[in-house]
Amino acid sequence: MAETVIKIENLYKEYRLGVIGHGTLYRDLQSWWARIRQQEDPNTLIGHEDRIIKNENILALNNINLEINKGEILGIIGANGAGKSTLLKILSKVTAPTSGVIKYKGRIASLLEVGTGFHTELTGRENIYLNAAINGMDRKEVERKLDEIVIFSGVGKFLDTPVKRYSSGMYVRLGFAVAAHLNPDILVVDEVLAVGDAKFQKKAISKMNDISKNAQKTVLFVSHNMGSIRKLCENSILLKNGSIAFKGKSDEVINRYLEGVSIKSVKNLLSSKNFKRDKKVDGSVRFSDFSIRDKNGKERKSFYRGEKIYYHFSFSTFEDREYLYLESDILSDKSGEVLATINLRVGDKPIKKGFNGKIILEVETGGIMHGEFPILFLLHGRGMYEDYDFLSRYIVPPLIVLGDENVQTNTNFLFHIESKLQLIKS
Amino acid sequence: MNKSDNKWTEIISAEKGWFDLNLPELFNYLDLIYLFVKRDFVIFYKQTILGPLWYIIQPIVNTVIFNIIFGKIAKLSTDGIPPFLFYMSGTIVWAYFASCINATSITFVKNASIFGKVYFPRITVPIAAVITGLFQFIIQFSIFLGFYLYFVKNGAEIRPNYLLLTLPLIILQMAIMALGFGLILSSLTAKYRDLTFAMTFFLQMWMYLTPIVYPLSQVPEEYRIIYILNPMSSVVETFRFAFFGTSSINLQTIIVSVCFSIVVFIIGLYMFSRTEKSFIDTV
Repeated sequence: MAETVIKIENLYKEYRLGVIGHGTLYRDLQSWWARIRQQEDPNTLIGHEDRIIKNENILALNNINLEINKGEILGIIGANGAGKSTLLKILSKVTAPTSGVIKYKGRIASLLEVGTGFHTELTGRENIYLNAAINGMDRKEVERKLDEIVIFSGVGKFLDTPVKRYSSGMYVRLGFAVAAHLNPDILVVDEVLAVGDAKFQKKAISKMNDISKNAQKTVLFVSHNMGSIRKLCENSILLKNGSIAFKGKSDEVINRYLEGVSIKSVKNLLSSKNFKRDKKVDGSVRFSDFSIRDKNGKERKSFYRGEKIYYHFSFSTFEDREYLYLESDILSDKSGEVLATINLRVGDKPIKKGFNGKIILEVETGGIMHGEFPILFLLHGRGMYEDYDFLSRYIVPPLIVLGDENVQTNTNFLFHIESKLQLIKS
Repeated sequence: MNKSDNKWTEIISAEKGWFDLNLPELFNYLDLIYLFVKRDFVIFYKQTILGPLWYIIQPIVNTVIFNIIFGKIAKLSTDGIPPFLFYMSGTIVWAYFASCINATSITFVKNASIFGKVYFPRITVPIAAVITGLFQFIIQFSIFLGFYLYFVKNGAEIRPNYLLLTLPLIILQMAIMALGFGLILSSLTAKYRDLTFAMTFFLQMWMYLTPIVYPLSQVPEEYRIIYILNPMSSVVETFRFAFFGTSSINLQTIIVSVCFSIVVFIIGLYMFSRTEKSFIDTV
């Protein structure tokens, strides 16, 4: 039997919601003084007197039990807010668990973000030393590995240039190179590969594979990219609402996960207040409802080839906007590359503040042969960064086209999709 | 299985110790402290036109201003010490203390993003800040020493004495005290951001309550108790006594001040170790 290197027992992590402190001394004193005089707290939100949220807690991790063997690469998948990052943060000792125990053997290095502690004024070389030291590596070790790190990152001749002059790709490569050479016994990696280009991702994945297979190190890998998980991890766990919902071979776990992304969860997310978008948006126009229907208006998830799909969106407008566009990108399931883009203007007049509307996007599936395609939606304006709202591929159920299974869609180039858009005032 | 159970390198659990500063662990991170200090220097050098020259300009300008306002206009006594040296000694000592407090008190606020991503002993950051400040102090101190020797050569009446040997101890005391106050303040600013603004004001008031621009001998008897309780007044006065041989400091005040510094340091460590555990969950 393989040796267990990480053992997680009854792990809980609780976060308190609501008011912890007001963040300013003045308000804390004010609330305290009001309590002493048994008066109403002037800092409670109006209308909330009867349900003070003070004691509401949320379990980010709910009784996690897990054993990980030496040399294993374990994939961790789950929707946003399922507890993946919390688990990694506890493992890397950034935050403490509320109860429960984690035992491990050897040294853990975590890569929750690429280039943590990089200072833009320092050169690449200085940053390598600093970053390595922050991660607990001593100077002699860095000196020994410097050449390897430099070759892997490919920043060679820019080594003595301040990193503020680096391209973002070089920055990411350097950050990953340091982490990959920390020589830990256990490497914890959060969604960090998403930022690099395809070539770098490939290199990084093969490096992680190398670390685990040849050096017998253990890797914990969080990703939204099912392709990387499938390629890298033999086994995975699926986290759902802080618990392990499923554990097993990666393929099975991924299937379980994709089934779970349902229309209902999109609706729930859209109606919840603290739904964080996966992209920076200004929120001036927001989606408020979403559904996928067929031509008879019936909600469906999968469609036969040649059928028309109708995406229904409701939206609310919070600021006047001259132009409103709906962009839809259909992606490749394996590489995550964009296969088709539909970008259509919503209405032909400026949208006024307070306007609530409904968009029906009609998509012709004739050009798609067979398969499952992640899809994302973006409401945006005319300018470069005028993004209003965003539904990422991890939130929206994938586009499922049932055709001839033997005729796979050629995903090597962009394809064209017939589409129409209709705006209805509601 | 049973065999492997007792070989765990480390156990992460929820138990919160009352006071757990892991000294052996800190020892492993000496390199990190060194690199933090180096980083601060390199950045300071790169981001300013005059670079380290600022360290020299600052005390000289301050000394000249104090000399004019408090010496020439307000005509405050300097206990017979040449006014230029008197003000300069006060300025550089206070500058070290104040810059350490300023730098350490924003530990959590400034490093929130790093602290949220990677673990290393948090205490390395304030320690590095105090050491960075020490280099600044050494540069300023050598400028002071230059002026001092110049005055001695020109026959000023100065009587340096055996207390000069305790100079490193005085500086150490000041560093420990500044670190202690900085740790306390950093725990508070982690929770109350507005304290950062109050601090500038607070430090200025403190400076005027410390014999920087006037000697302790000028303070009326009935207010002396404030000065005995103010740990910085002992530091400044001892420093001056060592170099100039005139001061109204006594041993009792020094002992109070040293004890005070140690107590502040321990409270600081305690508050810091409490804050570092909960901080990430509250930002």
